[in-house]
Amino acid sequence: MMEALDIFTTASLWGAVLRIATPLIFGTLGALICERSGVLNLGIEGIMTLGAMVAWMTVYQGGDLWTGLAVAAFCGGMFGLLHAFLTVPLGLSQHVTGLGITLFASSLTYFVYRLSLPVSSSPPTIEPFQPLAIPGLSDIPFLGEALFSQTAPTYLAILAAAVTAWVLAKTPLGLAVRMTGENPHAVEAQGLNPIRIRIGAIVVGSALMAVGGAFLTTATFNSFFPTMVQGRGWVCIALVVFASWQPGKALLGALLFALFDAYQLRLQHVVEGGVPYQLFLMVPYVLSIVALIVMSRRARVPNALMAPYRRGER
Amino acid sequence: MRLERRTQTPLALALTAPLVAVAIALALSGVLIAIAGANPLQAYYEMLKGAFGSRLSISETLTRTTPLVLTGLAAAVAFRSRLWNIGGEGQFYVGALCAAWLGHSIAAVLPPVLAIPVMMIAGMIAGALLLLGPVILRIRFGVDEVVTTLLLNFIVLLFVSMMIEGPLKDPLAFGWPQSVAVSNDVMLPKLLSRSRLHIGLLIAIAAAIIIYVVQSRTVFGVKSRAAGLNAAAASFAGISLGSTLLVVACISGALAGLAGAIEVTGLKGYVTLDLSPGYGYSGIVVAMLAGLNPLGVVATALFVAIVFVGADSMSRAMGVPSFIADVIVSISLLTMLVCLLFTTYRVRR
Repeated sequence: MMEALDIFTTASLWGAVLRIATPLIFGTLGALICERSGVLNLGIEGIMTLGAMVAWMTVYQGGDLWTGLAVAAFCGGMFGLLHAFLTVPLGLSQHVTGLGITLFASSLTYFVYRLSLPVSSSPPTIEPFQPLAIPGLSDIPFLGEALFSQTAPTYLAILAAAVTAWVLAKTPLGLAVRMTGENPHAVEAQGLNPIRIRIGAIVVGSALMAVGGAFLTTATFNSFFPTMVQGRGWVCIALVVFASWQPGKALLGALLFALFDAYQLRLQHVVEGGVPYQLFLMVPYVLSIVALIVMSRRARVPNALMAPYRRGER
Repeated sequence: MRLERRTQTPLALALTAPLVAVAIALALSGVLIAIAGANPLQAYYEMLKGAFGSRLSISETLTRTTPLVLTGLAAAVAFRSRLWNIGGEGQFYVGALCAAWLGHSIAAVLPPVLAIPVMMIAGMIAGALLLLGPVILRIRFGVDEVVTTLLLNFIVLLFVSMMIEGPLKDPLAFGWPQSVAVSNDVMLPKLLSRSRLHIGLLIAIAAAIIIYVVQSRTVFGVKSRAAGLNAAAASFAGISLGSTLLVVACISGALAGLAGAIEVTGLKGYVTLDLSPGYGYSGIVVAMLAGLNPLGVVATALFVAIVFVGADSMSRAMGVPSFIADVIVSISLLTMLVCLLFTTYRVRR
């Protein structure tokens, strides 16, 4: 029992929390931006898979790690544009289109991967992002190891959460995005174009999702293999609800979620015999469902979420 | 130029839509095949040959069609009432696991005539129960069932993994994670000798016909359709949305569970973690291509099966990765969505 609690006093646990949270932070922010403009983007799982592969492929072909992330963001944005084209001007069902994007993005990813590497028993690895110790802060005992010796994209994720929160809450652009998610007719009346705002939000959000996926191959696993995203995209969709569509709470939610995940990984080694490891692996998914149940009633859902906007049609 | 809602869809248009969607999808996928260094037309010819070229390949294609008809029906029934059941994959696995467990344990007690229906019904109940959870959460707490059913797929796979490495592990499988096997005398009878084709195909087609009759000829069919078309109007007309959705969920989950039970008792004989190459997810495409029509599902399930079986042999012959099958199927879903827009709307200048 004491051993189970001792895990919380190890710096490696807290270091792992930030590492595990990073793809979730990017993914949740991406999904949140889409939904604040009024469009659910279930393409997230496929876009993360795509981002993971293209970033890995770019680096494997000799590119820079940051170039890898940029290429992932670009490709994610392109698939976002496809989702946007189908759901915004055409107004197709956001649920089914999103699933279609996920199926398309992941199958295309596997196809391209298999085409470039026809036979591979063990996936080739790349040189990943190295921990970036922040001078001064990283020398603090415990905290330094836990918080200030992360890879650069992790710091970027936290920065992205802050920027998203600021843009949404304090800038005219953010106001326009939020208003499009609440009442696109009012946006039109203000002389803005809700269709363009939605398309822009989905492209930016999808680019962030792809960067989240890219983190998995450029910092966590160092290689790409099919089904590596393992439902992280769906977890992000649940986290958006848990966060009541607030970027700050999304950051907290992702960290809390990563804490449970990091803890269950370590608990597996402490708990002895009898408990199947699969029960521990179920924890993240069960927690996501619990979070949905707890928060669904309290959450302030954007009013026009999932309602397609057609000019002159109510 | 603007879109105007059609008052009714001409039958010819409804039938052309999937054909156009598939044609565009094949054209786009052809570009990928060309990039892979093969001639697209020859590749499609190889696919057709792989799916229909011999007695064996025809029976394999029909064997592959069977689970797709049932998961396709599961999605079609649910989507018609705007119940987004994306958990077909999980329901398939619980159905399969239940059937394997019963097929192993009751074969000694019950004669096959009784044991086979018992296994089928158990699989259906398991699938239905799995979907009831998310649907009750939606009705009671307003939790989006898309996310909960998706997350349940991952939980179920871990559960299956736990069972086939634990209580239901086959002790004779040399350490491979594989469930206990269905006893040979309670396996579904073969439809065609010297092939893997079993009577599951007939069960699936019968299910499609029954669903079609229920949807077009009964009061419940009207209610379930109204619940999807306009929930507010439906409840104003005295249709209880909650109880209608619950029944729809039971039917949808049961169909996906039945798919799993049939796959185990008709074909594989035991459960492994790769029992389904995504039948639950492909079922969504099957349903959408059929425009959610239960009889259409049989045809589109056959199409998806042709693509998968054909792509396997085409891949062996021409070196194009067999993932092309998933690409073709997923692009067809997206193009079909666009084509459906033109069956419900018309373009006006």
